[in-house]
Amino acid sequence: MLRSDTGKLSLILLMTPFLLWIVLLILLPQLGITFVSLREKIGPRQYEFGFGNYIAFIQEPIYWNTLLRTAWMSILVTVMSLFVGFPIAFYIAKIAKRRSRVGLFLLCLIPLWVSDLVRAFGWIVLLRETGLISGALQYVGLINGPVEMLYNDVTVVIGLVYTVVLFMIVPLVSTLDGMDNAMLEAGYNLGGNRLTVFRRIIVPYAMPGIVSGCIIVFMLTAGSYLTPILLGGKNSMWFTEMIYDQFITRYNWEAGAAFGVLLLGFTSLVIWLGLKLTGQNLASTVARD
Amino acid sequence: MNVAAPQSAFLRTVYVLYVVCFFAYLAAPLFAAGMFAFNDSTIPSLPWRGFTLGWFFGDTDPVIGMFHDRRLMRGLTNSLYIGVIVSLLSVATGTCNAFLFERRQFPFKNALYIMMIIPLVIPGVILGISILVFASMVANSADRAFGQNLSALRPGTLLVVVGQFSFLTTITSLVIQARLKKFDISLEEAALNLGASRLKVLATVTMPYLSPAMFSAFVVAFLVSFENFNTTLMLVGSDAPLTITMYDRMVKVGSTPVLNAVSFFLMVGSGLLALLSVVVQRDRPSD
Amino acid sequence: MFDLECENIIKRFGAFTAVDGVSLEIPSGSFFSILGPSGCGKTTLMRMIAGFETPNRGDIRLKGKSVVNTPPNKRNVKMVFQHLALFPMMNVGENIAYGLRCRGENKTEITAKVAAMLDRISMPGVQEKQISQLSGGQKQRIAIARCMVLNPDVLLLDEPLGALDLKLREHMKIELKQLQGRFDTTFLYITHDQSEALVMSDNVAVMNAGRFEQIGAPETLYHAPKTAFVAGFVGDSNRWNGIAMMADGDHARVVVADGLEMVVPIGGARPEVGGQVEVFVRPEAMQILAQDADISTAGMNTIEGTVDSLLFNGAASRVLVRTATGLLIEIVHRMDAGQVRVKPGDAVKVGWTHGAGLCFGEGG
Repeated sequence: MLRSDTGKLSLILLMTPFLLWIVLLILLPQLGITFVSLREKIGPRQYEFGFGNYIAFIQEPIYWNTLLRTAWMSILVTVMSLFVGFPIAFYIAKIAKRRSRVGLFLLCLIPLWVSDLVRAFGWIVLLRETGLISGALQYVGLINGPVEMLYNDVTVVIGLVYTVVLFMIVPLVSTLDGMDNAMLEAGYNLGGNRLTVFRRIIVPYAMPGIVSGCIIVFMLTAGSYLTPILLGGKNSMWFTEMIYDQFITRYNWEAGAAFGVLLLGFTSLVIWLGLKLTGQNLASTVARD
Repeated sequence: MNVAAPQSAFLRTVYVLYVVCFFAYLAAPLFAAGMFAFNDSTIPSLPWRGFTLGWFFGDTDPVIGMFHDRRLMRGLTNSLYIGVIVSLLSVATGTCNAFLFERRQFPFKNALYIMMIIPLVIPGVILGISILVFASMVANSADRAFGQNLSALRPGTLLVVVGQFSFLTTITSLVIQARLKKFDISLEEAALNLGASRLKVLATVTMPYLSPAMFSAFVVAFLVSFENFNTTLMLVGSDAPLTITMYDRMVKVGSTPVLNAVSFFLMVGSGLLALLSVVVQRDRPSD
Repeated sequence: MFDLECENIIKRFGAFTAVDGVSLEIPSGSFFSILGPSGCGKTTLMRMIAGFETPNRGDIRLKGKSVVNTPPNKRNVKMVFQHLALFPMMNVGENIAYGLRCRGENKTEITAKVAAMLDRISMPGVQEKQISQLSGGQKQRIAIARCMVLNPDVLLLDEPLGALDLKLREHMKIELKQLQGRFDTTFLYITHDQSEALVMSDNVAVMNAGRFEQIGAPETLYHAPKTAFVAGFVGDSNRWNGIAMMADGDHARVVVADGLEMVVPIGGARPEVGGQVEVFVRPEAMQILAQDADISTAGMNTIEGTVDSLLFNGAASRVLVRTATGLLIEIVHRMDAGQVRVKPGDAVKVGWTHGAGLCFGEGG
C-alpha cells in the first residue's frame, strides 16, 4: 500500500536514530574499551598491544578475589531477592483485593524512584553507631553502648537486596497477574496439593518473570557502586570500585578498561547461562514490559 | 474463596505479617532519611531536638538550608536541565524505535531488536567508562589529526547526557512500543479512508493514542536520569548534577541534615511525578 | 452507469494468489454483497477497492474513472471497518466531522452537517458523547454516518455485524437495508454469513478461492446455483456424493453412495454417465410421507428410514431421518397439526419431486 520509494525513505529515516544510537553509543564504545584494555603502557605516550593488563589481573590475587567476591555476593543477593520478593509479588498479584492491589504495587514502586544515594543514606542514618537503631536499642536498654552496624557484609547484602528487590517484584507481578486463578483451581481439582500446584503450575508459569527479574537484579547488583561502598566502607572490596579507582584515581585507563571488559564479560556470561538453563531469551523476558 | 491464598487462618496471618514487615523494610531507610530533615540539630541522629524547617530554608550558619546552599542548588539545576534534555531525546528516539520495530520489516530485525535491549543489561559503570574512553579516543584523534581541541568530548554535561541517553532509550523504546503494539492499525486505515493525509493521520490518530505512553516514558526517563549515579559518576565534569554533588558532600563533609532535606525533597518530588504519570496513564480514554 | 467496476483483478502475495481474475459491475444505488468463506479473498478485494492494497493486474473504476493509481485518502469510497475503527480519542461529533475537517470545510458548515447526519440516523444530539458510551448498534450507525457524511460514491462494509450478538445482528440487517435505501448510495457489503447477504442484497457475488463462482440476485443463487460450491454454500442442503447412471435432457438418474437411486435436475454442465456427481436437496423440498395414506409417489424420489431425532426450532423445525445404510437426512417438518406426527424410532418414508434438488458433475 506504501509506494515503495517513500516506504524505503521512511524506513531509512526511522532506522537512522536507532543505528546512530546503537553504533555510536553502544557498539563502538564497547570496542573502544576492548581496544584500550589490550594496550600496554611501556613509556609515556608509548603503547604496545598485548594481554598485559589481563595478565596483571590474574597475577594479582586481590583483583580476581574482588571479582569472585562481587560475583558470589551478586548471586547471593539475586537469590535472596527472589525469595524475599516472590511472596510479595504473589500477594500483590493474586491475594490482595483489586483496589489495594494497585496501591500496594505503587508502594513497591516508590522507593524505585528514589535515588540509590538517598536509599543508601537512609540506611546509614539507620545503622551507624549514632544511628536510629543503635539509639533505639540503647534507649530500651537492650545494649549498653552504641553499636556500629555499618561496614560489614550482612549490611551490604541487606542494602543491596533493598536496592534491587523492586526489580524482582515488578516483572513477577506482571507475570503472575496474567495467571488465571482457574488454573490453580484446576490444579487442586485434579488432585494436586499446595506443593505440587506451586511447583508444577505457579513456578513454570512465572518463569519468564523470574528469569527477567533475576537478570536485571544480578546485573544491577554486580554493577552497583554506591551501596557496597557507602554501607561496606573501606573493606567492601567491590569490583566496580576498582574500575573507578583505576580510571579516576590512578588514571590507569588500560587496566580500568580491562577490568571493565572482565566485568561485562562476566555478567554477560551469567545472564547467558541463566537464559540457556531456563530456555528463555532476552526478548521474551526483559522486553516483555 | 481465593484459591491462591493460604487456607488456614494461621498461615494467612503469617503471610500478611510478612507483607507488612516487607513494607516496613521498604519504608524504613526512606523514613529515616526524611525525618532528620526536620530535626533541629546539626547532626542527623537522635536525640530529637525539636521540629525545624531550617534545613530547607535556613540562611544563617550553621543552619544553611538546601535552598540557600549554592552548590546543591546548582546541582539541582544541572540535574533538571540534564534530565529534561535526556528525556526529550530518549523519548524521541524511543518513539522512532517503536515504529521501526512494530511497523517495519527489514533484514536482521530480531538481531537488531536484541541489540536494542542489550543496553539494559550492561552495568551502568561499564556504559560510563566505555563512553568516556570512546569519546576521549575521538577527541584525541581529532586533536592529532586537525589540531582541534574538542572539549565537548571531555567529561562534562554533554557526556553525561550521552551516557544516560544510551540506556534510557532502551527503556523509553520498550514503554512506547508496548503501547503501539496494542494499537488497532485499522484506526489509521479508517482515517486514511476518510481522506486524511499520512501526516494528518499521525497527528490526529496515532500520536494522540501514543501520547500517554510517551508522557510516562518521559517521566520514567526523567526520574531515572535524575537519580542516576553509576554512569554519571564516570562522565561528570565540573557541572555535577545533584546526586554527584550530594555524594561529594557525603564523602568530604560527612552527613549533615541538609542532605536529609535534599533526600526528603527528592522523595516528594519523584513521588509526585510518578503519581502524575500513573494518573495520566489511567485517564486515557477507553482502553 | 456503474458506480464501481472491477475488471479482471489479480492480487498475489508471494506465491499465493489471493484474488484471481475477478470482475464485477455495481449499478448505482444498489446493495451488492460479496459472500464467501474466510480466506476466499473477499477482504483483499475490498482493501484494493479502498486503496490499501494495489492489484497486480486489472483495473478499478469509480463512476467510470480508474482509481488504481489514486492513494487511499483521495478515493471517494468510504469504508466501515470490521471492528468499526471509531476513534476512541474523539467524541461522536469529532468522529463524524473527521473527514469533513480533512477536506478543510469551514466550521459552521461542519457543525450543521454533523447535526443533520445524526438526525438522519435517528441519533440527534449525541455529538458530545464518548464512543465508549455507545451501544453496539449505535456504534454501527455512527461508523456508517462518519462515512456517509462525505457522500461517497460507494460505501464498503467489511463484515461490520460480525461482532454483534445474534439478536442485534438480526435487527441491524434490516436497519442497514433501510439506511441504504434512505441514503440511496451504493453499498458493497462483505460477509461470510449467507443470511446477511441474502436478506440485504440486490445482488450477491459468491466468492471462493479468489474467484467469483456466481453473481446474481439472492433468489437466483438460492434456487438456481450454477456450481456445486454455490449450491453448498448458499442455504442449507442435504448433500450426497453419487454416480450418474444416466443423463438425458435436464435430468440425471443418480445412485448415491449407499445404493439409493434418485432422479434430479442437472445444474451446470451435463455430467458424464458413470462419472462422479454431487447431489444437493434442500430440506424444505422434502417431506415425510404418511406410511398408511395411499399417496401416489409417481414423479417422486423416495427413501425409507427411521426417525433419528427431532430438532425443534419453531417454524424452522427439522427432523433427522436415518436410512438403513446410515445416511442422515435433514427434512423441514412442522411438528404441529396438519402434518404427519413422528417421534424418534418411527419408520418413515421421505419423498421429494423429481424437479427438486440439483446435481453437479465433477468440477461443475
